[in-house]
Amino acid sequence: MTKFASLLFIAGLAFFLMVVTGLLPLGNSPMLIGNAILDSAKEQVGAANVVTSVVLAYRGLDTLGELSILFAAASAVGLLLTKSSFNKPSKNPTNTEESDSGFVAINGIDLIFPLLLVVGMYIISHGHLTPGGGFQGGVVLAIAFAMRSIVRPRGKSIDHGVVTFIEAFAGLSFIVIGLVALYTQGHFLQPMLDQGHFGSLWSAGTIPLLYLAVGLKVGAELAGLILALNTDEVNI
Amino acid sequence: MIWIVAFVVFIMLAAAIAVLLLDNMVAAVVATSVVSLALTIIFALLRAPDVAMTEAAIGAGLSSLILAIGLKRLGYWKISDAKGEKND
Repeated sequence: MTKFASLLFIAGLAFFLMVVTGLLPLGNSPMLIGNAILDSAKEQVGAANVVTSVVLAYRGLDTLGELSILFAAASAVGLLLTKSSFNKPSKNPTNTEESDSGFVAINGIDLIFPLLLVVGMYIISHGHLTPGGGFQGGVVLAIAFAMRSIVRPRGKSIDHGVVTFIEAFAGLSFIVIGLVALYTQGHFLQPMLDQGHFGSLWSAGTIPLLYLAVGLKVGAELAGLILALNTDEVNI
Repeated sequence: MIWIVAFVVFIMLAAAIAVLLLDNMVAAVVATSVVSLALTIIFALLRAPDVAMTEAAIGAGLSSLILAIGLKRLGYWKISDAKGEKND
């Protein structure tokens, strides 16, 4: 019955989406703000990726809101999981059920771990030039650290204090950059500094710094969340 | 173009229905990830590479990882399809 209801829901959703897609005037966009941003983003922000200039310059306050939503979610998960470990009788570090994974998994993760780090840092640092940015690269970094701790549940994982410090420092630096822009330029998170040569790595002023802060914050937060989920009441 | 999108949408719907019908929990998590991968292809075809990267990283990677960890914590992590062993 539940499966039938779910299938009925999927069919209804597909029909709804089909009707909405049929009504949309595809091809000729009625949006005015989008065209205005497309015209003026190159001179005002200087980032080759227009999506980045919208995310961090024109709608920077919304990005701060997204970061606080992520922070609230990670805090809630940490709160629930640590509360459940209070009424455990004692910590048992020698959990017999949790053993390390097999040879192929451990060595494969060890091989792929530095490549994932390089890909994540590339996506973060080229966020103002190519598609991607702080959120995507931060998720890749978090997945790299989480996979390493999943294949070795009893091994030494990354320190929670270091993760919390990186997260707090990145969030604080994002807000400080925004406040400095508010003081010197008159608007919160307005792009500052020299825009540089359009399309080069050192360009677009403070946009790469902001994306680095976003990437570090997202990566540290999600890595801490997955580690808290994966520790299984052993050493929270 | 429209036939490629139709094919990808067909794969996506088939994977979404497979999530409901599969008995094996691990296979259901993999099917969830297939839905996100097909959606990634559609985003890339619609020239939204930023959204496509977000969908690939979060939808196909992170959410599958969190679902898999949840299965492991609940004790449903069984690769072999042994029906009736855990369904009590």
